[in-house]
Amino acid sequence: MAPLLEVRDLRVDIPLAEGPLHAVRGVSFTVERGETLCIVGESGCGKSLTSLAVMDLLPRRARRSAARLALDGQDLAALSERRMADIRGNRMAMIFQEPMTSLNPAYTVGNQLAEGLRRHRRVGAAEADARAVELLEKVGITAAGDRLGQYPHQLSGGLRQRVMIAMALMCGPDLIIADEPTTALDVTVQAQILHLLRDLQRELGMGMVFITHDLGVVSRIADKVAVMYGGQVVESGTAEQVFNAPLHPYTQGLLRCIPIPGRTERGGKLGSIPGMVPSLVGELKGCAFRNRCPWRHPPCEEDVALRELAPGRAYRCVLEPEQALAHGRAA
Amino acid sequence: MSETVLELKDVHRTFMVRQGVFRPKRPLHAVSGVSLRLERGEALGLVGESGCGKSTLAKMLLGLLPPSSGEIRVAGKPFAQADRQAIARRVQPIFQDPYSSLNPRKTLAQIIALPLVVHRIGDREARRQRVRELMDVVGLPARLLESYPSQLSGGQRQRVAIARALAIRPEVLICDEPTSALDVSVQAQILNLLVDLRRELGLSYVLISHNLAVVEHLADRVAVMYLGRIVEQQPTEGLFAEPRHPYTRALLESVLTPDPGQGVPETHLGATFPNPIDPPSGCAFHPRCPECMGVCKTVPPRPLVCHPGMVECHLHDDETLRKAS
Repeated sequence: MAPLLEVRDLRVDIPLAEGPLHAVRGVSFTVERGETLCIVGESGCGKSLTSLAVMDLLPRRARRSAARLALDGQDLAALSERRMADIRGNRMAMIFQEPMTSLNPAYTVGNQLAEGLRRHRRVGAAEADARAVELLEKVGITAAGDRLGQYPHQLSGGLRQRVMIAMALMCGPDLIIADEPTTALDVTVQAQILHLLRDLQRELGMGMVFITHDLGVVSRIADKVAVMYGGQVVESGTAEQVFNAPLHPYTQGLLRCIPIPGRTERGGKLGSIPGMVPSLVGELKGCAFRNRCPWRHPPCEEDVALRELAPGRAYRCVLEPEQALAHGRAA
Repeated sequence: MSETVLELKDVHRTFMVRQGVFRPKRPLHAVSGVSLRLERGEALGLVGESGCGKSTLAKMLLGLLPPSSGEIRVAGKPFAQADRQAIARRVQPIFQDPYSSLNPRKTLAQIIALPLVVHRIGDREARRQRVRELMDVVGLPARLLESYPSQLSGGQRQRVAIARALAIRPEVLICDEPTSALDVSVQAQILNLLVDLRRELGLSYVLISHNLAVVEHLADRVAVMYLGRIVEQQPTEGLFAEPRHPYTRALLESVLTPDPGQGVPETHLGATFPNPIDPPSGCAFHPRCPECMGVCKTVPPRPLVCHPGMVECHLHDDETLRKAS
């Protein structure tokens, strides 16, 4: 059976005056039903553009290409804009980071929740409202019926994010793409929202692509992890593999950067990754991370292929696995 | 002997808010009865959810907002008798967003020198010298002197904000979410810088953050705020090892350390954050508290001194417990 989402060799280029910006450079992954893939990386690594490319919501100037981009076996790249609009919000839905800017301040919550269902399923207003109330209750909003008449500014941040989630679920999608859905929230609310997403996903058997820069969140909810750097996936594997035995020097560096209560020394030096992310404009050659890598050596100047150790477990580095692991432990 | 640089005594701040066009204004108690001390060289963490009053408190500590009642003293002198400049000379802010807190039309040299100009410190040449010195202290290369904020990365901008805050040699830095807008690897660099600066310059910090891992890393002592009040205060080590207040416990449980396989913790904080205009009766935390007792719904808990620190919860009040049983 075909995976729920299959992405192979996805590329996104944005033409700029100085030359093309290669924002996403050959990203491949699959997501099965009921599975959560976390894409983790820092700003500018291409994680958000990857998700927008899958949804076909890229900025107009951006150009997308892919060897394969398929939802449930159906080729998305070949679809007309109209057919794609039938799938978007219907079979795959997106949850954005900023509920304040992604909700329309001029329409009521009920209006915005019902819109997708009425467009895709041609249901009447009463039926759409009933579904909206059902989902608002499911995402843990009390007095759901009263909320339909409220405007986004009348809700707190946590409530708005719940509304966004309910909206994404309106048509019962097979795939949810969530771009930093909890970053703007308090830790207590974050825990609740993550719980909610997990429960709903299990209950409805949805696949989920979860994009975040928060390693703590990734470790707790991911079945699979893809670490992105400079527009490429530099390491992938299960959460256990990536967190307990990271192979890529970038993953290893990231894990040393975060303070962990009880484990990192209070007021001690945290690990840091020197330097800055490389520019992705123009001709690119060699390992994207080499300028910040403590183990840089001549072979890094050439392009580095993704090494697959086992199905689903891969990394993009010239170091042998044993070497990479040893370096990770030593530093 | 320790010396108190900043002291709050029973500070209140109330805002009058209108909830509808024809409805009368009602009071919102953003900060109600906060007492705190900051010793020289100490780093105090202030944690709590959005809406708990931590930013209002920060504004009052910077002298940008007068308290409705109570007293704030800096180095023993009451704020009320000092002018804005005198407060600014001792207390300086670092804000969350290095993108909006720097003037995009000024060069770094101008931005960092501005406090010196405002406070009429040194002549032109002395200021230039001081700006170079400051850039060196925060790890910015001198070649960026004539650059504009738009040409810098997020981490570099936050370094500029720190250099500007240090320009007039303040004693206290109020850091309001200093690393929330930054990437993981950059956050580590800024945290390392803040640790070094404190050691080298003997600074005191008030660190406001919702990231408890960051607070644990930097702060010596942590105060937990809930709906305008400090509900617990302890040295960092004790607070993380043995939280006394159920709210502190819930906050600590929500910290997601990178441990695969542990799942998302259940915080048992059912209801959402209460509306500060209509605070719950008794203990403000009781509707969300997993250990709520009858007395919590009617009687507000009193601050209890425990050694070390304080807590405001009936569970630790022997008198209430005796009456209840």
